[in-house]
Amino acid sequence: MTARLRAAFDRAAKDRRAALVAYLTFGDPDGATSIDVIEAACRAGADVLELGVPFSDPSADGPSIQRAMERALERGASLPGALDAVAQLRARGIETPVVLFGYYNPIFVMGPAAFARRAAAAGVDAVLTVDLPIDELDELARPLDEHGVAVIPLVAPTSTPDRIARLAALSPPFVYYISLTGVTGSKAAAPVDPARLAQIRDASKAPVAVGFGIRTPADAARFATIADGVVVGTALVDRVAAGDASGAPARVAELIASLATALNR
Amino acid sequence: MSTADEIARLPEPTAGRFGEFGGQYVAETLMPAIGELEVAWRRARADATFWSEVDALLADYVGRPSRLYHAQRLSADVGAAVYLKREDLNHTGAHKINNCIGQAVLARRMGKRRLIAETGAGQHGVATATVAALFGLPCEIYMGAEDVVRQALNVERMRLLGATVHPVESGTRTLKDAMNEALRDWVTNVGDTFYLIGSVAGPHPYPWMVRDLQSVIGREARAQIHAQAGRLPDACVACVGGGSNAAGLFAPFVADTSVRLVGVEAAGDGVATGRHAATLGAGRVGVLHGSKSYVLTHEDDARMGQIAHAHSISAGLDYPGVGPEHAFWKVSQRATYVSRTDDQALAALERLARTEGILCALETAHAIAALDEVAAIVGKAGIIIVGLSGRGDKDMVTVAQRRSGS
Repeated sequence: MTARLRAAFDRAAKDRRAALVAYLTFGDPDGATSIDVIEAACRAGADVLELGVPFSDPSADGPSIQRAMERALERGASLPGALDAVAQLRARGIETPVVLFGYYNPIFVMGPAAFARRAAAAGVDAVLTVDLPIDELDELARPLDEHGVAVIPLVAPTSTPDRIARLAALSPPFVYYISLTGVTGSKAAAPVDPARLAQIRDASKAPVAVGFGIRTPADAARFATIADGVVVGTALVDRVAAGDASGAPARVAELIASLATALNR
Repeated sequence: MSTADEIARLPEPTAGRFGEFGGQYVAETLMPAIGELEVAWRRARADATFWSEVDALLADYVGRPSRLYHAQRLSADVGAAVYLKREDLNHTGAHKINNCIGQAVLARRMGKRRLIAETGAGQHGVATATVAALFGLPCEIYMGAEDVVRQALNVERMRLLGATVHPVESGTRTLKDAMNEALRDWVTNVGDTFYLIGSVAGPHPYPWMVRDLQSVIGREARAQIHAQAGRLPDACVACVGGGSNAAGLFAPFVADTSVRLVGVEAAGDGVATGRHAATLGAGRVGVLHGSKSYVLTHEDDARMGQIAHAHSISAGLDYPGVGPEHAFWKVSQRATYVSRTDDQALAALERLARTEGILCALETAHAIAALDEVAAIVGKAGIIIVGLSGRGDKDMVTVAQRRSGS
């Protein structure tokens, strides 16, 4: 649902802060705990939840998220399980917009039409598929659109102006700008030229969230001055893994709270 | 006819696809790079100076044309005229070098200063390390940690050639995980790095480009069989993992509808056991490593869309995907695909060794193992060309262990 996502960005803008987009891998360290972790993240101040669907071959992810996905798969996490988890969150009264983040093959095997129907029914707002660039996105975007689920396009430092110009046709609720050429979590975020973000904002008519390499409240604060949203993933995933499972929700909530504070402009 | 003219006659993908298969399912960061590669490839394949550089290296450095050898004792044993296309006699001992020479010439034209590659059996890694040394380029090879153990000799060869070999510990620690890691390197160093993919897999334009570069196998074989037998063959047979040697042999015969094209996949312990790499035979359509093609993937709710473990005694066939053009040839029924088990491949390796004095690679042995079936179709007067894709030195430890029952 575009509306709920747009509202989250609008609310943050009104409060003079960048929206906090929190990434967590579904099923890490196990299904039940991960739902508690996600709920804790949402209650602690995440404006948007990006829920990673584990995949056996996460070729765009760095070591932390790869290992999180391996742990989740060992415990039986799956795409249907991730959809059920979103439905459970909604049943617990969590209204935070959810972006399902992952790779295309599980969706393709479920069938894009069946996936779109199940995602909408579960309460998923948007889908971000790492390996569906805008050139291949149509086969998923069309069935999702029929069920009122949005797609989030990625823009990279290497994206050319003609590719950025094509974003408007997708009417995305927001655009995800990758701060660096690389995989998730691998190195510190490079400085991003505010003019680059303005160009993407103008072309897409959508707010822009920046991610990749943003780990600490200090990193987040730096990007909050130029971006509409800030994505934090690997640092949260590392918090999940940094102790026993029962303490994971509290560890994640603590970082979310300090990140949320840092995003005030 | 010039090479550029011959290449121009091969089938071309439409909008990056062979039928419904292929495409560019990669991260946005890589899209400009594969776009740049596609433009460079389209220009190079029509350029006589590109091919004169490639052809000169293939002749003087690789030792082409490779021989087409009428294997008489094997023919008598099989019951059809069998001709072996001797890619095992190439420099570095397999067909992989054909593709590496071409891509290295292209990389130099594009001004790329660093080569990366994935490898399974190590043959493509060795071939890439070889061209990197030849061109004076730094080279990093990603290889599954399990394959590093299985193919220790090739690891040593790559290191001697000056390449850095990175064992990949993630996932199943085989070829598919090596490819994931190479993609991660490429997305990180996309500006100056050329990713030299070793099979007809990956995003467009790789399946097309690698097949064009490997088509030297089929282009030569077509001329050689005309010279030696005075007619087209009745069948071409080759092993299929990702499918580069088969695509290279088949492509120049695709328009010759009388020529049966038979790809042989690895059935591992047997397709029914689930421990196999028969992607076309037992897989389904999916998306892996940048293209839509057949893949081995789970369909049950608990593992929906996860890539399944492939298994083969041959590291080069141990891959849960396959090139999109093979998927197209399968569904359009231009080629047929069969599979052979580890045990059948081992028996075929021994059969070729004893009848012809040729020790082939375990990958290649899968193609040899299908000869009886193909001979039964084409008959005694029939002519079969087999892609003898590589030599077996690298597999001697595996074969010896298997023969002694350990």
